[in-house]
Amino acid sequence: MLCQECGVKPATLHFTKIVNGEKTEFHICESCAREKGELIPGTAGGFSIHSLLSGLLDLEGAGKEKNAAAQTVQGLRCENCGMTYSQFSKLGRFGCSSCYKYFDSTLDPLFRRVHGSTAHVGKLPKRAGAQIMCKRKIDELKQELQQSIADEEFETAAELRDQIRKLEKEMPQE
Amino acid sequence: MSSLRFTEQALSEWMRCGGSHSEIVISSRMRIARNLEHLPFPLLASAEQSEEVLEQLAPVFQGEAAANFGSFQLLKLDELDELDKKVLVEKHLISPNLANDSRGGAVILNEDESVSIMINEEDHLRIQCLFPGLQVREAWVRATAIDDIFEGSVNYAFDDRRGYLTSCPTNVGTGLRASVMVHLPALVMTHQINRILSAVNQVGLTVRGIYGEGSEAVGNIFQISNQITLGQTENEIIENLHSVVTQIIEHERNARERLLADSALRITDRIKRSYGILSYAAVMELKESAQRLSDLRLGVDLGILEGPPISVLNELNVKTQPGFLQKMFGDEMTATECDMYRAKLLRETLGSQH
Repeated sequence: MLCQECGVKPATLHFTKIVNGEKTEFHICESCAREKGELIPGTAGGFSIHSLLSGLLDLEGAGKEKNAAAQTVQGLRCENCGMTYSQFSKLGRFGCSSCYKYFDSTLDPLFRRVHGSTAHVGKLPKRAGAQIMCKRKIDELKQELQQSIADEEFETAAELRDQIRKLEKEMPQE
Repeated sequence: MSSLRFTEQALSEWMRCGGSHSEIVISSRMRIARNLEHLPFPLLASAEQSEEVLEQLAPVFQGEAAANFGSFQLLKLDELDELDKKVLVEKHLISPNLANDSRGGAVILNEDESVSIMINEEDHLRIQCLFPGLQVREAWVRATAIDDIFEGSVNYAFDDRRGYLTSCPTNVGTGLRASVMVHLPALVMTHQINRILSAVNQVGLTVRGIYGEGSEAVGNIFQISNQITLGQTENEIIENLHSVVTQIIEHERNARERLLADSALRITDRIKRSYGILSYAAVMELKESAQRLSDLRLGVDLGILEGPPISVLNELNVKTQPGFLQKMFGDEMTATECDMYRAKLLRETLGSQH
């Protein structure tokens, strides 16, 4: 069988595309397939998770009239790697770890859609993890301290203050 | 130290045996995505920055801590020829993405090829552990131990709230992709597969072809993996996958029994025809060989065929891929020649079994 596109080379790729229930068969040679950039597993230009994601990200600015908030979002830029939010929404990928910080205001809805959740509950790196645990403990103690001051329990407050100072001193440094 | 080495040996033994549920589960894979602090992700990294990533990560696995996992070899992708890359992809040792699109990409492999550490893929570091049969828990234990070794030497990009930061938002949090490759011919033949696969999607898992994202399921082999990486612990992800796969195994087993009870003649005929065609055909396309090898695999499990052993069938699944054929029979070949050599390989391998 010859390629249905060029009619010269033998057709080596045979595939069936179903769009809205409409079935189309293709018999084409590799070079035509590459030119057409059709969806063939393993070839470039195929539908990827990133194009799907960028669709998700674009929803935010998809309204007919972009409001001021949406424009502010589009104008976000990562100061570390220079990636803009609109680039991020096209590529569906972050440029560096700081992007997470600069685009933070937009990430909760995205993560909720992709993962159904916004916060990590799994493994912590041992070294950085120790610091995080320590930070969490300090935050907890600080809240207790506020409470005890509000309750005028100054003796407890003083104890808590000392504990916080001690932890802050002991906290592993990066 | 010696106990770890001993474990290593036992695992290699398992590789040869095929692992648990090997009549349905081909392999279990654990992949962990990690990035280094401060450096841009490979997508935006310059050549120097990619080189820096490699310089930070590569020595970790020449260190003492890593010796427990056997001896490792580093391969730089730009030093490999195209064919070797293709074969590494076909063996699932590297991703198509690392083979084709990476800058400064490299892979660290151990002796029995059950550990593959990719550098400068979509993320700076991707640790992958492969186990035969259903062994997702075992694969996690090893992957997390290797992760700890890296974490002992380099600083990961980690955020208190978001977890391990990855280039793609679909990997953030645990950075974990746990997957199991299953052979489900009876569920396909009895048209139950779509119902089961859509159920799988509803519990946060996803189904792909055997070469990952966007690839088609060939030879009734499906890859089932977790979709969610954020908001679940690694343990929850692994147990969820394990329990769903266990149920799928049960369904496949029931479907096989029913096939044998209700249509023994039809199924026997189908399997023996496939054996005949694989043993004698002169031209064999990949899709057909995958389908017919699937029939053989089923035939062996149902006792309709005495051989070949599953290990030979596993080997053939890889050997019939285009890159491998080129490697065995010579570099340049047209699609037709490729189909011819595939048929030759199958004739020679299966013919000798009888």
